[in-house]
Parts: sequence; C-alpha cells; structure tokens
Amino acid sequence: MPHPAPTRLRMRRRDPRMVHPVAWWVWGVGLAAAAAHTTNPALLFMVVAVAGWVVIERREVGALDTFGPFLLIGLAAIALRVLMTVVLGNGIRGEIVIVHLPEVRLPDWLAGLRLGGSVSLESVVAAATEGLRLAATLVCIGAANALASPRRLLRYAPATLYDVGTAVVVALTFAPQLVELAGRVLAARRLRGHSGRGVRELARLVVPVLEGALDRSLDLAASMESRGYGRTPVRDRRDRVIGSTLAVAGAVGTTAGLYGVLAASDRGWLGLPTLAVGLVLLVASLVLGARRDARTAYRRDPWRAPEWAACALGLLPAVVLLRGESAGWPGITVAQVPLSWPPLPVPAVAAIALAGLVAWVTPVPPRLAAVRSRTAAGAPAPLLPEAA
Amino acid sequence: MIELVNVSVTYAGATVPAITGADLRIEEGELVLVVGPTGSGKSTLLRCLNGLVPHFSGGTLHGTVRIGGRDTREHRPRDLADLVGFVVQDPLSAFVTDTVEDEIAYGMEALGVGPAAMRRRLEETLDLMGLADLRDRTLRELSGGQQQRVAIGAVLAAGPRILVLDEPTSALDPVAAEEVLGALTRLVHDLGLTVVVAEHRLERVIHHADRVILVEGGRVSALLDPAAAMTHSPVHPPVVELGRRLGWSPLPLSVREARRHARELRVRIGATPPGTHHRPSQQRPLDRAVGQDRAIPQQAVGARLERLTVRRGLVRAVHDVSLTLYVGSVTAVMGRNGAGKSSLLGAIAGQLPASAGRVEVTGEDPTRLAPRHRCRRVGLVPQDPDLLLYADSVAAECRAADSDFGVPEGTTRAILDRIAGPLDIAQHPRDLSEGQRLALALSVILAGRPTVLLLDEPTRGLDYPAKRRLVAILRELAADGQAVVLATHDVELVAEVADRVIVLADGEVVTDGPTRTVLTGSPAFAPQVAKIFHPLALLTVADVVRALEPAS
Repeated sequence: MPHPAPTRLRMRRRDPRMVHPVAWWVWGVGLAAAAAHTTNPALLFMVVAVAGWVVIERREVGALDTFGPFLLIGLAAIALRVLMTVVLGNGIRGEIVIVHLPEVRLPDWLAGLRLGGSVSLESVVAAATEGLRLAATLVCIGAANALASPRRLLRYAPATLYDVGTAVVVALTFAPQLVELAGRVLAARRLRGHSGRGVRELARLVVPVLEGALDRSLDLAASMESRGYGRTPVRDRRDRVIGSTLAVAGAVGTTAGLYGVLAASDRGWLGLPTLAVGLVLLVASLVLGARRDARTAYRRDPWRAPEWAACALGLLPAVVLLRGESAGWPGITVAQVPLSWPPLPVPAVAAIALAGLVAWVTPVPPRLAAVRSRTAAGAPAPLLPEAA
Repeated sequence: MIELVNVSVTYAGATVPAITGADLRIEEGELVLVVGPTGSGKSTLLRCLNGLVPHFSGGTLHGTVRIGGRDTREHRPRDLADLVGFVVQDPLSAFVTDTVEDEIAYGMEALGVGPAAMRRRLEETLDLMGLADLRDRTLRELSGGQQQRVAIGAVLAAGPRILVLDEPTSALDPVAAEEVLGALTRLVHDLGLTVVVAEHRLERVIHHADRVILVEGGRVSALLDPAAAMTHSPVHPPVVELGRRLGWSPLPLSVREARRHARELRVRIGATPPGTHHRPSQQRPLDRAVGQDRAIPQQAVGARLERLTVRRGLVRAVHDVSLTLYVGSVTAVMGRNGAGKSSLLGAIAGQLPASAGRVEVTGEDPTRLAPRHRCRRVGLVPQDPDLLLYADSVAAECRAADSDFGVPEGTTRAILDRIAGPLDIAQHPRDLSEGQRLALALSVILAGRPTVLLLDEPTRGLDYPAKRRLVAILRELAADGQAVVLATHDVELVAEVADRVIVLADGEVVTDGPTRTVLTGSPAFAPQVAKIFHPLALLTVADVVRALEPAS
C-alpha cells in the first residue's frame, strides 16, 4: 500500500501511523468510566456520539468494526431494562401513570416487586437511563476494540502473563469467530431452503457454530504452540514465583479498583486507591517480567505525544465526572422524581467534548489516510484488487 | 535430522492405531513427499514431527521420534519451534495476529530474533512469498491463496531447519502453487532445509520430491525412491497413469521426462495416415480422440448474467460480467486466487447482491426468491462443505435434508448411496473422510433437485479415486438436465469433467470457450497430458488411449 504523497490536505498534521493500542484502550476505558458515573441522558448521548465519531475518524481500513455490534447490544440492554421495569417495576413510585396492567398479587416477602400493576413514567425513564448508561459504557469498550484490536494490545502484554496469554488470545478470537461463523452457517442454512429467521432456526445454529468456533480455537492454540509461544528460557524458580505473584496480585488489584471506579456506587473514591496499588504491582511485575522476556519486538508502535494526549483526553472526563459525582454537582446523578430536565453541568460537557479532540491530535492510520487522499483527489473509490 | 524408530500412534478412544510401524530416517536437505489416500494417517504422521502428537492431540505414542537429536517425549512443540516449522491445511485458523506483517514477525518475536535480523528476514520473506504489496493488509481480507502464502512465509521467517507442510497448495491456483513449490525447492537446494510435504495433487509436487513415504490405512512405508513408489502407489498423477498404461520405463514423473518418451507417439497421433489425403480430418488418430467432444448444448438456459458487478466492501470482486450458462453442460470457472470465482458463484446462488447488472436463474432473480423456492432452482456446495452439515449422524442428516426440501423420505439416502457407495450411516459426519463429507453435502443439495448446481472448489482434500467418482457424478447430473458450474484450481479435474471453461481475472472474464481449446491454449492451465502432447490437443489419459485404439 503506497503511502500518499504529501498533499495540501487539511488533515495532514503528521504522517499517518498507527496509534499505540494501549493509548486507545486507556482513552476508551476512561470514557467508559465517565459514562458509568452519570445518569444524565444528555451526557450519555454525548459520550456515545464522541465514541462513534472517533471510530469513524480513526478506525483503520480492514479493522473489525466492533462499534456497531456493541451498540446493538447496548440497545438491547436498554430495551430489556425497560421491559423488566414495565412488568416487574423497579421500586420507583412515580406520579405520572402511563398505563395500568392487570396486577398479580405477590406474597408480602417479595416487597418492592410487583407483577403488572400501574406503570409510571418516572420508573420507565429511570430504567431507560440506567440502560443507556450501560449502553454508553459498552459502546466505549466497542470503540476501543475497533480502534485497536485486542490482539494488537496483547503484543504488549508482559512476559509474566504468558500462561494467561494463550487463554486470552483464544478467548478473544472466539467471540468474533462465533459472529463470523454464525453468518456463514446462516448462509448455508439458506442453501438448504431455510429462511434463517425465527427462534427455532437460531437454536439450530447453536451446535454447528459452537463446534466450529471451538475447533478453530483449538487450531489456533496448536498454532501458537508450534510457533514457539511461551518459550521461556529456564530461569531461577524464585524469580518466576515472585513475578507471577506480583502479576496476579496486580491484576486482581487493578480489576477490583476498576470495578470500584466503574461500578457507579457512592464509594467511587474507594476504588481509586485500590486501582493505584494494583497498577503499581502490575508495573512491578512488568519490570520483573521484562527481564526474563526472551521475545524481541518487531516495529513496536512508538509512544509519543499523541499517545500521551489520547490517555489524558480519555482520563479527563473520567476524573471530572467522578469528582462531580462525589461533590454532588447538579445534573450528574439525576433524580427521576419529580421528573424534569436535568441541568447540564458545564465542566462535564466540556470534558466529554474534549475527549473527542483525540480524533485531531492522533495521526490517521496509514491505509485510511491513503484511501482518503485518493478519494479527496477525485479518484474513484479505491478498488483493492481482490478478496474472494 | 528426523528419526522415527518403530513409531505407532493410537488416539484416545480409538481401537486401531492411526499410524503403525513408522521407521524412518530423513537426512538433512531432503524433500520428502507423504502420499496416501484421504484419511490414511498422513496428518498424524506430520504432526508427530513437531510433537503436536501426542503433546497436543492426546493419545499414546509408542516408539521414538527424534528431531535434530531432541526427543519429542521431552520436548514440547514450543521447544521445537526453532527447529521445525509447521504449516497447517487451513491457514486462517492458524493466524495469531491481524495483519500480514505482524503475522510474519510473530514467530520471530517468540523465538527472540534480534530486531535488525528480524527486519531483514521479514523483508526477504515478503519478497520470497510475493507478499510485499500486501504487507499492511488484514489477514481476513486476503484470498485463500494469499493466506496460504502468508502462513508459509510466517513459518519460514522464523528460520527453522525443518519445514512440515500439510497440503500447502490445496487452495492455490496452478501458478501460485508452482511459485510456492519453487520457493520450497530453492530452500532445499540453497539452504539445505529439510522439507516434509503431504499433498494430494501429486502432479504438482512429485517431480520435486527426493523421497516418497507411502501411507495406506495407517501403515507407513520406508523412504522410497519416487519412481519406485509410483509404480504401485494407489494414488498417482496423470503422468504416472499414462506411463503405466503405455508401459514406459523408467516411469516418468515429470512432464519433461514424459515428453521424451512421447516423442514418437506425438508424431504417430498427429500424423495423417498415408493414402487418406482427401479426407484427412476424419482419419487422424488425433481426431478419434478429439472428434468425440460434445458440442456445448445451448437449448435451455440455466442462468443468465447481464453486466453483473458484485462489490464486497471496497473490493470490486466481479466486474461487468455477461454470461449464459446452459442446462446439460458442465462449466468450469478458473482464475488465480482472488479473481472473483467464489463471488461469481455467490451471486448466482443469490447469496451476494448484485451492485450493478442482473442475475437470472431460470428466469428469476435469485435474491428476490424466498430461500425455500431458491433452493429448487440453484444449489451451492460451499468451499467448506461442513457448513451444510448439522446432524449428529449421516442417517439423521439425510432425514433432515428430506424434510428440508419436502421430498419423500429416503431420497437423500438414495442419492448418497449412488454417490458415495455404502457408508456406515450411524457415523457422525465429522468422522467421515473429506471425500465422503463432500459427497454427503452434495447429496443434501441435490435432494432439492436444483436446475443450476454450483460447486466451490470441490476437490480440496480429495484423492484421485474420489475425484474420479465426482467426475462421473457431475457428468451424469449434466446429462440429467442440470447446469453444473464448478469453481476450481484443479486443471486435471477440469480436463476430465468440463465442457466449457471460463477464466476470470480481477473479476472480469478473460477467456470463455470449449475446454479443449482453452486448456491446450494456455500454459498456466494446461493439464499434464496436454503439456506432454503439446501441440496436439489431447487433455486426458483417456484421450490418448482413444487416439491409440486401432482404427475401426
């Protein structure tokens, strides 16, 4: 793929290159954390819009588009949440009743739950917002996935995590393979005269798709094995034990900390110290691991100013919203009773909007840049020679 | 380099060993070809060589496998990775990364090759495998042949001393296959690499081989001389078949050797017998073979394409193709990897929408038909026939197909019996051999009696006897009033079965004509017999035999 000659195009701030995957994931997770800490629908929509726009601007040609599927899952989450609320209620007693459903009396020990009965607008709005929060969080992860595939991310995983590595790669490839195989099996079903629609049809997909994906995962593991994945020179046993312990402790700490931060409980600040300790442990294990890492690196993505900027821009909304939530700024956590339009907290809006700046400060991925310069020069849409 | 002492392998739960009595010693710098019918244990033998059997597969291995002095009992595949490179049959399933460049670098990274050496070797590999233009592509968007080349390159780059390949050219077009095999022989000759290859299309590799191992029903032969092995091998390429029929000795293995034997025959077959100058075209031996060609029937139209263009994402897979496919004929669609063959078939089957132009199958646009009506008009056996099979036994699969197509019970069974011969119908489709699975998938599709039958690369993994059965079936179907279209790289199959050949390049039709004219006119697509008898227009061993029959 020839790199485009320098032209007078506006976007030519810096030479096209791939941005470090860790930077994209920090950005995505930061935005996701921000989304998890507000129930203001306007802010949540903003997060989704920013994530979507950055994906459009910076997803490399040919990279798997995971944004769409994650968005769909998010929408499904909203629908499910609302449906559950209509049928079962969510404990919010609103004043504006939309509809009365026939109610089934439940025993007293199931207080707070109901089956049927009156459905209030407030409870539905609350459910939809909760769903939207989940959806926005998912979409941010989907965006990170589309901007930097997990396989690229894994190249930077420390040697200490080798043993986990095979499992992670296999797991990561399993899901996309399921989707791809489902498509192919569905096409094959049509060849046998089935429409491929309906629950029974979907049920028939399950076995061949799972079998196929499992087979392929085994093939992949065999391939990694025979290509020397996980070859470590025989080392001091103590060294290895310390390294692994640090890595596991760090991973657990980081996960717990992330959970504390993401799970929008009131104790959001408690999550941060755990996260910090976990990260320190992880870094320590990385340093230890790097010493016994016999792998070499081929053309690793550099870590320069755009990567720092992406991290900062992703973490900014997370920090601002976390601060806003704990300080009780109006419009971060919205009460549904009484129902009213929440105010828009200016710092939060600004922080989320700034996160979108990442599409300016990072370089364009090379193939996308080539495609764009060709279409901008008035050439017909690029015709890659093949794909059969 | 490779030493097997009395090796036998029995998989868990199996009653008979997958291979027995393997007693071999392969020296450095040899190209060894493993030959045998499908399901005979070739893959098991290959997987022993880097320790995947038994470390990964499970089962019990008796005897000793020693690779470069390391016993596979104590060394896992990863510990042998610097010594043995292993290329599997389906490259896509073995890719660990997302892009061509990363994939080639992966093995070197794992082995700890220094950055400067890695960079240099990567560039060399890209050139060697002809991948320089594809370096930053994602692996999923490559064609099958390109993927195969990446898989081989990725293993090669890591610099192993032994290369083990399981059917490396099964997905490649003739030219690309020749390139890959050429690269392999270069590695053997120049770098002293040891190469072990299993391959069904012997016509492509046999003349490169130094030694042959025959595997039949799990019994592994000693290292044989290729010519000696071919005199009694149950699977053999057309050139060997011809040599055996005509009693040539020593048995030729390459076209070049066979041409020397055939020098006198070429004159005899092409010559006009004396005294028949007034009616020469009726009397030459050549015409006895050629004169029996059927004209391509043109009465009933099976499918018609008008200025069809198919796009797949950014790629224009099929461009401005106009074709008419007639009932009663077998048409072969050929062309290099990624030329748009599968896309063309997909469009005819109504799986891919036309982005311009139109497709008609027996007068209707297939994309507008409901699947249950569409499958009566057009049937497609996909490249991976397993996709069509869901049931847990052959019998259940047949019953499901009967109900899918609303045909009387037993229809699919009857078709299967005719195609595959007697089968144990209680078996799981996965336990069938490659050829039997294809037969089952074909039977399922045929149960719908589609007017147009499409087969995408049907000979992957088929041995010669299975191919012969397939040829007979397809001819019969065409005679029964179906339009049969197959996309394939297998020129020998095309020579046997097709009336008409369409060659695609970059999604456009470059040649369209009767098989004999197209195949004998092209060096890339000529079958072995045509190369041996060039410039005479003979395609198959049967053609030669017919030409040599005494004039009646």
